[in-house]
Amino acid sequence: MNRLLRFLALAAVLQVAACGKPDFSDAEKKTIAALALNALPALKPDATNRFADVPAAAALGSTLFFDQGMSHDGNVSCSTCHKIDRQFQDDLPQAIGVGRTNRRSMPLAGVARNPWFFWDGRRDSLWAQALTPLENPLEQAGNRAAFAHYIQKRFGARYERIFGPLPDLSAVPANASPLGNEAEQAAWKAMTAAQMDDVNRVFANIGKAIAAFERSIEPAQTRFDRFAIDLASGAKPKADDAFSPEEMLGLKLFIGKANCVTCHNGPRFTDNSFHNTGVPPVKDLPLDRGRFDAVAQVEADPFNCFGAFRDGDAGACGELRFMVKDAPELMRAYKTPSLRGAATRPPYMHAGQFSSLEEVVAHYSAAPAAVEGTSEVHPLQLSDRERAALVAFLKTLSD
Amino acid sequence: MASLWRYLLAGLGLAALLAGILAIVYLTAPQSAPGPDISRSKKTANGLFVASFQPERGVIKQGELQSWLLTLKTVKGDPVEGAAISVSGGMPQHNHGLPTSPQATDYLGEGRYRIEGLKFTMSGVWQLRFAISAAAGSDTVVFNVVL
Repeated sequence: MNRLLRFLALAAVLQVAACGKPDFSDAEKKTIAALALNALPALKPDATNRFADVPAAAALGSTLFFDQGMSHDGNVSCSTCHKIDRQFQDDLPQAIGVGRTNRRSMPLAGVARNPWFFWDGRRDSLWAQALTPLENPLEQAGNRAAFAHYIQKRFGARYERIFGPLPDLSAVPANASPLGNEAEQAAWKAMTAAQMDDVNRVFANIGKAIAAFERSIEPAQTRFDRFAIDLASGAKPKADDAFSPEEMLGLKLFIGKANCVTCHNGPRFTDNSFHNTGVPPVKDLPLDRGRFDAVAQVEADPFNCFGAFRDGDAGACGELRFMVKDAPELMRAYKTPSLRGAATRPPYMHAGQFSSLEEVVAHYSAAPAAVEGTSEVHPLQLSDRERAALVAFLKTLSD
Repeated sequence: MASLWRYLLAGLGLAALLAGILAIVYLTAPQSAPGPDISRSKKTANGLFVASFQPERGVIKQGELQSWLLTLKTVKGDPVEGAAISVSGGMPQHNHGLPTSPQATDYLGEGRYRIEGLKFTMSGVWQLRFAISAAAGSDTVVFNVVL
């Protein structure tokens, strides 16, 4: 009898030990491995920008990125809102350039991997994106003719070593753009087609140089990634890398019951797509319908993949060619942001609607209806403990 | 000797108890719902054509634009030529359509049509619906793709 008792006691002990262990199913382990940074493939070449991997172009792009001369008032550069020591974002609910915009600055880690740019995807390449704030009156507020003159004056030799001879700009007005104020638009209309093309080409090359620089901004390894590598290899995590029971629960919820991984998937924690998740609009900001209005904007952009300034052939234009143009789910749909580093860069959402991760998780748990369009999110009824666990897990993507 | 019998009896008793518990668990467990039909070849809704749908490069990659081949045959097995094909679909569980607008971009002969611009951005059940119009008439077919 004694032996039997001992056997039963041993079985019970083994059972308890198994419960305390990080217990992930094979399917869960597969999902976790797919989220780890080591699953990120090498950055693909950008066929639409033949200067994308030219070091001199990246160096000029870096100069331009930090140059406040690249703005109407001489006070704003790309780096005003994309701050190098703040994950290339600005911690503000809505970015402030020359004026106050209606959207949250996006961080730049891994930006060259995006198929679409801005929260609503109104640009289809990194170089076309970089041009847009330059002429937005609330951001850098410049105009393309002025930028072409500025490049010639300040960086002429550097530009020509990369892109070849600058065009003759002597007859180009100091300020002119099809998107500028009335005087700038009139000046643009008075230019010859050849002058317009010359200026547009210099302008496009500015974008291509900035994009070449931005390609170097990549996500860094986090505690989650080290945990994921150890989990996959079966190695015992080093002291600091081991997950607490709360972080473990958060990860389990993230890839399971809470459905976060449905959209926040892959090593960048994004499906690169657009979703209406019922995030409310901000009072007093202009009407914002997200992807619904961005479709026409990217189609009309002369610097899009079908435009004359793309390098290579149209084979690289699949995203634009097969873009969804009219579907009800585009209404108030915004890009799924990467969650890497998110814990240390509040506020959240496309106009900084939520000031903490706790608010974000509470929003997805409650899943309120959208003000317009239909939210894709379903209520979760997460407990306080579960919501806190999700936040604890998200923090491991910043450690 | 007596103690050995006792062990055997106890063992048998435990085994019987375990079998009983397993039987109860098995009998009362909810029957798992049948998964979606994931066959890659089937008759169209009204039986006009036989359609098969395969990734052109053999593998499905999540998050990347890719092309698939839709092969259309008559019920007799003849290739269907000159078909007009439109593609729609989405993820019924998530209440959204496709993230891209795939199109039939090329006829490759022998009833094979290239469907370009497909992209599966998340894991789960995707539904692809083809509306097919050819000399024999119009019909539809739905394929489920599970990632």
